[in-house]
Amino acid sequence: MIFGTHTKYRVFKDSLARRIMLGLTVFSLLLAVIVGLSLYFKSSSILHEHSLWSLLSGSSWRPFKGEFGFYPFIMGTLWVTAISIFIALPLCILTSIFLSEYAHPYIKKIVFPLIDILAGIPPVVYGVWGILVVVPFISEKLAPHFVEFSSGYSVLAGGIVLAIMIMPLIISILIEIFAAIPKELRDASLSLGATNWQTVKFVVLRKSLPGIVAAIVLAVSRAFGETIAVLMVCGNMSAVPKSVFDSGYPLPALIANNYGEMMSLPLYDSALMLAALILFVIILIFNAASRIILTRIERRFAL
Amino acid sequence: MNTRLLKSENIIASSMNNGKDVFLLEEGAEAQVRTLLLQKTKLDLTAPHISVKNLNVHLQKKHVLKDVNLDIPNKAITCIIGPSGCGKTTLLKTFNRLLEQSVDVKIDGHVFVDGEDIHDKNVEIINIRKKMGLLSQRPCPLPMSIFDNIAYGPRIHGNRNMKELSRLVENYLKAAGLWDEVKDRLHSPANRLSIGQQQRLCLARGLAVEPEIILGDEATSALDPISSKKIEELFVELKRDYSIILVTHTLRQARRIADYVVFMYLGEVIEAGSADEIFNNPQKELTREYISGAFS
Repeated sequence: MIFGTHTKYRVFKDSLARRIMLGLTVFSLLLAVIVGLSLYFKSSSILHEHSLWSLLSGSSWRPFKGEFGFYPFIMGTLWVTAISIFIALPLCILTSIFLSEYAHPYIKKIVFPLIDILAGIPPVVYGVWGILVVVPFISEKLAPHFVEFSSGYSVLAGGIVLAIMIMPLIISILIEIFAAIPKELRDASLSLGATNWQTVKFVVLRKSLPGIVAAIVLAVSRAFGETIAVLMVCGNMSAVPKSVFDSGYPLPALIANNYGEMMSLPLYDSALMLAALILFVIILIFNAASRIILTRIERRFAL
Repeated sequence: MNTRLLKSENIIASSMNNGKDVFLLEEGAEAQVRTLLLQKTKLDLTAPHISVKNLNVHLQKKHVLKDVNLDIPNKAITCIIGPSGCGKTTLLKTFNRLLEQSVDVKIDGHVFVDGEDIHDKNVEIINIRKKMGLLSQRPCPLPMSIFDNIAYGPRIHGNRNMKELSRLVENYLKAAGLWDEVKDRLHSPANRLSIGQQQRLCLARGLAVEPEIILGDEATSALDPISSKKIEELFVELKRDYSIILVTHTLRQARRIADYVVFMYLGEVIEAGSADEIFNNPQKELTREYISGAFS
């Protein structure tokens, strides 16, 4: 009985579901475009007054005189993010290797919930902790070995706090990635007489390289945008940091600190919108670049 | 090390010299292959290669192997047969101590390889594993090139001499009958090979650490008939130099290539004997039923 209309209702529901879901997908993609466009239009008035290049490369930030240079903020963002990844990544990779390849199941049972708790602590708590512990440690113990004076409120403090914040995220992603590697692959290596460490080095890490890159991408995107905790320990001085012990002023901190104040100044809100747009574009470029790297890796090793 | 190498060179050399063999393998003439496959080895159980005494294994509190006593003959193909879940794979994995990688394992009893207890405190686990090449159910090429897959074993054991490594790679790829198919793309990723080629690659990789024993865990079950036939032929060829232990699901495969057969059921060894004895004159009722296909 292939003729007739008795399946009409089911078929209708199927196509309806498909259309609704398609609509929602398009809507959520549109959101990103809308955010980007509105940032662009809001910041267009400053882009008419100044050239984009002078805004990006200018180092002086004097809103009262109408001077808007974003270079220190961009550098502050990059410094803090780079330091945090530099600290967090080796720690996270080694931790998750230990947890997934070596640790006894009992240890896993204790540590996994701890990592989740760490991920659940609000950023402002990390910020306070940074002020109480990291900042004095840098100004009293660490910095005197390298520079004459540091208040401790520095890009290094921001990087350390940020590293601790993104670590739970990276660790839990990496553990998932290592768990997804088939046991047979490890057995193959072990059965040839490889030690656990050799197996990890030559097989597990290699096989999970795309996953590790993806984890870094997520962590970096998170680090770029993190605001409160970084703002509390970074010093917030609009100068390009010359060493890790200098203060910095990342873009998110700039926006959060100033938006809503002094909005009567000409071009000021437009400048802050441009800061948001720059952050948006940095993250966009970074994601695109990592996608290219990822496909390169996958093609190179045929993973 | 060099003695082992010489041996595998001998295999290649002898199959080169013996024109009949070459013809057999290359032309694949059906009748002649069958005669080759029927060349069963005379069994010598006075000096077993592996000897299992009162082996009991508990996996997650489950009694998986029950009081296993077993001798595995030297330089012959031993097939372990039995319904799924009877502990065949577990037994195989105790031989190279890979079972210990699992969670919550308890092993009692002794396994002697060349008369040495592999569970002795002073035994180095790496040396045990070097003695045995493992071929798993699904071929598992390492995430690297064909060349690096074969060179992996020698490299992790400290061989860094590139010239020697290339020689080893060529030798063992030839021994696994893969050389002609891959010699022009040694540096392309191993997982671009077909699944049958991958399994032969894994065999070559196992041979490259110069083992004495080859363990196969249903090594042909994921392969197409032609590939699995190739692997079977390789096993028959390799038994001149290696003791081969195969876990197999297919009775017909055991009939074709086994010299010695072990029948297991629910964690126990029911009966073990030469292929002729087991297939033509089984002593136990259970074996008779399994062989005749009453259950599987």
